[in-house]
Amino acid sequence: MNCPECDAKLNIPDDALTGEIVSCPDCGADYEISKKDGSNVELKQAETVGEDWGE
Amino acid sequence: MSKICIVFDRIRSEEKLLQKAATELGHDTSMLDAKVTQVNTNSKKNDFDFGDVVLERCISYFRGLHFTAFLKFLDIPVINEFEVANNCGNKMFMTLLLKKHNVPTPKTYFSFSKDGTLENIDKIGFPFVIKPIIGSWGRGVMLIKDRDTLDAIIEIRELTDGPHDRIFYLQELINRPPRDIRVISIGNQAIAAMYRKSEGGFKTNIALGAKPELCEITNEMEDLVANASKAVGGGILGVDIMEDEERGLLVHEVNNTVEFKGLAKVTKKNIPKEMIEFVLNSIRK
Repeated sequence: MNCPECDAKLNIPDDALTGEIVSCPDCGADYEISKKDGSNVELKQAETVGEDWGE
Repeated sequence: MSKICIVFDRIRSEEKLLQKAATELGHDTSMLDAKVTQVNTNSKKNDFDFGDVVLERCISYFRGLHFTAFLKFLDIPVINEFEVANNCGNKMFMTLLLKKHNVPTPKTYFSFSKDGTLENIDKIGFPFVIKPIIGSWGRGVMLIKDRDTLDAIIEIRELTDGPHDRIFYLQELINRPPRDIRVISIGNQAIAAMYRKSEGGFKTNIALGAKPELCEITNEMEDLVANASKAVGGGILGVDIMEDEERGLLVHEVNNTVEFKGLAKVTKKNIPKEMIEFVLNSIRK
């Protein structure tokens, strides 16, 4: 799968889970795995860090 | 065999470790993304795959807190409980509870406007530390050394004017080594601890690059952590301790939805396994 932003190849591990974040190695864009069914993976833009994020 | 539901909004390594630990202990898990879950006043337990108990792990504090409120509405057992999340998520509430329960904590001043803050500073003097009442990873925590810097902070808060910007949390600067101690507390018991060594600044958050180093848990720390945990309502917590050169150990923060990636690197304790066991034991009582 390629980065929707810069078209670089995204490395999505086989054991990645829905909700996990993948980053583009070229442009640094972050994507969240929104759906994963075997090798079929759907991505959406990851949320940006919120003011209330953390512990 | 039980089923544990991990409610998340972003899968970090912690959530993967927790799921793995539950599986290794022979339990089923379900992973529920709070971002794509809809609830309503007529919702029933069976509408969702909450299993026997929920472990709330949202990275967004308010998302997790409000989701927990809904779980409480449905009488679904959840760790941490709503009251604990509410107590820990707000630094003012948390500090007041620590003091009320006689847990040694830095002297902290509160004011509710610019004018109130300037009057407070006349009593406190410089330097002091200002913290946002909501927030994590050391963001917005600032060492204020003079009036010009304070005026700049107040001006920025007046410009942003969020509801929490009007609450000023001002804390004495503690004389301590350039580190603090993070203790993972599970069910009022300290199970693992690390020093977080500053990379030069006065903040010691792992998120800001502080280096983790294993810390031996002393009897004094055990008691302190137990009391701090009980003060906020128990559960799975991250208790932060500073070593004051004169007064000894002071608890400056108790964290909900604790991150443990840094500590897992330096401890032999299986933190996720202990967390999962606690969550499941909580419904057997």
